Formats: sequence, C-alpha cells, structure tokens
Amino acid sequence: MRPFEYSRAADWQSAINRVATDPQAKFVGGGTNLIDLMKMGVETPDSLVDINRLPLAQVEELPDKGGIRIGALVRNSDLAEHPLITARYPVLSQALLSGASPQLRNLATTGGNLLQRTRCFYFYDPAFPMCNKRKPGSGCGALEGYNRIHAILGQSDQCIATHPSDMCVALATLDAVVHVQGPGGERAIPIGDFHRLPGTTPNVDTNLQPNELITSVDLPNIPFATRSHYLKVRDRATYAFALVSVAAILELEDGMIKSARVALGGVAHKPWRATKAEQMLTGKTAEVSAFAAAASAELASAKSYRYNTFKIELAKRAIVQALTTVAAMT
Amino acid sequence: MPPPLPEGDPLDELVLFEDLETRRQFLKKVAGTSLAVTLGPHLIALASAPTPGGSEAPSAATKMMSVQLKINGRDYHLQIDPRTSLLDLLRENLHLTGSKKGCDHGQCGACTVLINGRRVNSCLTLAVMHEGEEITTIEGLAQGEQLHPVQEAFLEHDGFQCGYCTPGQICSAVACLKEGHAKDDAQIREWMSGNLCRCGAYPNIVDAIKQARDKMGGGA
Repeated sequence: MRPFEYSRAADWQSAINRVATDPQAKFVGGGTNLIDLMKMGVETPDSLVDINRLPLAQVEELPDKGGIRIGALVRNSDLAEHPLITARYPVLSQALLSGASPQLRNLATTGGNLLQRTRCFYFYDPAFPMCNKRKPGSGCGALEGYNRIHAILGQSDQCIATHPSDMCVALATLDAVVHVQGPGGERAIPIGDFHRLPGTTPNVDTNLQPNELITSVDLPNIPFATRSHYLKVRDRATYAFALVSVAAILELEDGMIKSARVALGGVAHKPWRATKAEQMLTGKTAEVSAFAAAASAELASAKSYRYNTFKIELAKRAIVQALTTVAAMT
Repeated sequence: MPPPLPEGDPLDELVLFEDLETRRQFLKKVAGTSLAVTLGPHLIALASAPTPGGSEAPSAATKMMSVQLKINGRDYHLQIDPRTSLLDLLRENLHLTGSKKGCDHGQCGACTVLINGRRVNSCLTLAVMHEGEEITTIEGLAQGEQLHPVQEAFLEHDGFQCGYCTPGQICSAVACLKEGHAKDDAQIREWMSGNLCRCGAYPNIVDAIKQARDKMGGGA
C-alpha cells in the first residue's frame, strides 16, 4: 500500500478544507471498499481524512416533509434494522441485508455505499493492463474478456462495468436525495443524477465533486412504499454480488396499478430505474401478463456480450417475480 | 522445545533464534525467505520487518503515528505506520495471533474481531481509526481459565476441523448471539455467512451456536 498521511476530522468544515486543498486526499468512512482498493493499488490517496467522528450517524424524521433523513455515517447494519426503515421502506432494509456480510455492514456507511466502486475484475486488479475506468484511454478488458458479471443496459464501448450496490437500487425507487457539503456550501443531488453512465468518461463514477462530502440521504414520504420488495439473484444464496437485482414498489387501488417504481441492479453502470416498465405498468391490472410486457419493454434495448446474454432473460424474469411478490402483499 | 538439530546440519545456525524468536516468527521468516535459509541468519533477520498492507516496504514518506488502543481490556501506547490494518497490528505488532489472516480482503471472516461489541473484519480497517474503542479478540473472550460459552460449545460440537477459521467464527458467533440473529438454523446460517469454513464444519458450527444460545438464555 502506498504511504499516506492520516488525520481525524473534528468537524465537516475542516474535513472539506483538508480535501479541498489536496486533490490526492480522500475521506474515509467504513473503509471496506476504499482500504481494499488501496491494498490492491487501485486507489492511491496521499492523505486519508477520517470522518468517522463527525456527528452524521443519526436516522431522523423530517417533520415538515414527512420523510426521513439518514446521516451519511449511519452504518448499513444499523440502517437495515432501524424501525423507521423497516416500517416505511422495507425495500431498503431488504436491499441492505442482501448485501455483503454482517461484519462488513457493521463498518460500511450510507455515504460510502453510494460511492462503492465496480467489482469488474479488470478494474479491481491493476495487473490487467486495460481498464478505461482505472486508466483512461487504456481500453476495456471486459469487452472481449470474461464479461459474465457485466452490464447489459446503458453501457458504452469504453466501459461495461456495473455498479455493485444493493442499497442504491432501493434508493433509486425511493427518489432519495443526496445532500452534500462542499467549499461553496450545500447542494442536493437527486439519486438519479448522482451516479453516471460510463459514456466516454468511465473514470468518473458519480457527479459528486472530489471536494464534496456527503452529509445525508433524504427519503421522501411515500406511504405506498410499505408495499415493496427487493429481489436479488446471485450465484449463491448469500454473501455475493447481484447478477441481477430488482427493487419494486407498487401503489395499488382495487387491483389496478396506480403507480409503479422499479429499479434494477447488476445490469448497468448505475442503479437502473426502469422508467419504461413503470410507464407501461401504470393503469394496468396487477397481473403477470402486465408485468411480463413491462419487463420485455424495459429490456428491449439491452445489449449483451459473450458471457452475459443470460442476464437479459434473467432480468425480465426477476422483474416479473419481484412485481408478483409485491402485488401479493397485503 | 523442538529436538536439537544434528550437528553439522546447514540449518543448525538457526537454532540461535530459539531464545529470541517464537517458532511462528521463525517459520514465517523462513517461508518468506527461502533464499535466506542457505545464506544464514543474518539475511533472515534483515527480512523480518513487518510491512503493513502488502509487500511494499515502508518508504521514506512513511510517517509513524502515536496511537492508544484498548485491546482485551488492556491499554496499549504504540507507534505505528498509519497503513497498518487492525489485523496486522494485532498479529505483527502485538503478537495476538488468534485473529487469522485468510483473504485479507474482507471475503472470508477469519479476521473477525469485536469493536465496541460489534463484529468487524479487522483486515479492512486501519488500526489508527480505533482509538478509544474497546477491541476484543479471541484472546479476550475467556474469563481466566473459564472459556466463553461459545468457545465451550465449539469444542463440544466439533465446530471445526483445521481450526483456521475458528477464532473468526467464534467472535462472529458471539456478536450474532448478542444481535439476536440466532433464532433458527436458517437465520444462523444467513447471519454467519460472512465466515467461511473451507473444511465445511458448518453443521457443527450451527449446532454449537444453538447450544451457546440456549445456555446463555438467547442473548450475550
């Protein structure tokens, strides 16, 4: 691991100042992804600013808007079992509990989970010479390589990596808003604008600026989000990244779909909000034929590679399965 | 004490280490420096400095830091390289070698320890980040000669074969019980999934955790 200076931030202003004056500095929260990437030599910060002592570990109600504010340092384990989350946003709790292991969830933070980097083999191991995300302009090793875990939606010829988070897929259906602090003050980034598609700059994962600190994630009040489900399909029953995952919420009225929210994980460079499927579902009877039609429409533009063609059919079936589960909830 | 080596054996110089070094350190050095075996103890000694977080040697840019840590109820004042993972600190600096290094990437759970009662992968966190926190390792679970109920249960149910994953399994199980995630077999299996056992002792591990749960009244 490359040497770095370590400092512990006493308040967010000094944390931001520290990182703003050193482009090679990084915040560290749980560190479960960053420290691993530093061991691999993928991340090479010269300074680590430890934000763990900042007062950002609360889950609180937003009285004026009726939503919930999740502090950036709330650990994944605490968030998953927080009574406000399990009662109002079960899809988020389920997504969190489907990710990683209890030990990792005890360290991993809400803010850090948003910033997880891809688990693409060609990115994670600098022994591979080609990776446009790690080394812009070097090419994409996955395009002609072992691309079983790679993207089928929204990718570019520069990068076919997927975003690994489960939490973010649930947040996508909940219209979460990411609050950040930077040298110029505060700003709010809707979850859909937070992560980026790879395009020609796959080295840039998110629209967060390097000198900005995530302070909270706000969830709006969505009464019908109690009828929600997270389905994760993977190679083993637990402790594995998603091949395909689906977060689904249905607002039903007399068996009719008043509104639907669907997002996919494991298929794109960002959590994939299935807006086409959502539009097709709206106003339909909640039944398998409608779910299947919506799933087919969403995956119509999917493109696969040598080893991941199975993901297209898998994603369709996972959407149908998740929506069927949600529709059957009482 | 190992038996004395035969006179004239090229390895006999290495017996010099017996007073100074533990067998574990000695074996590690030999394993890591097979060339040095033929060159004698001098080179072996040169190769002995632990390098945190991988194979790169500490460079001139490495700045040591003072840190105070509380481990198994004991206070330690240490000067460490900030790159030192909690796992490496335990094993290399403090010789608390109960916590094991399996994958060193948070994938196997062999390094599991408790921080303020919560289980974490000690390989994926830096020691300097844990000043003021209560760190408990496998060495800190027993009360004197009295084993922790989870340790006893692992012995009674043969919750291991080779034993390498066991310290991590036991620390993880202690936290799993405290969290209340050991209601039934399925829940135990899910909530212990961060601890891999390549020998496949899982059925016995589940039985051990159930026994400890019942003995401890469902909690810690």
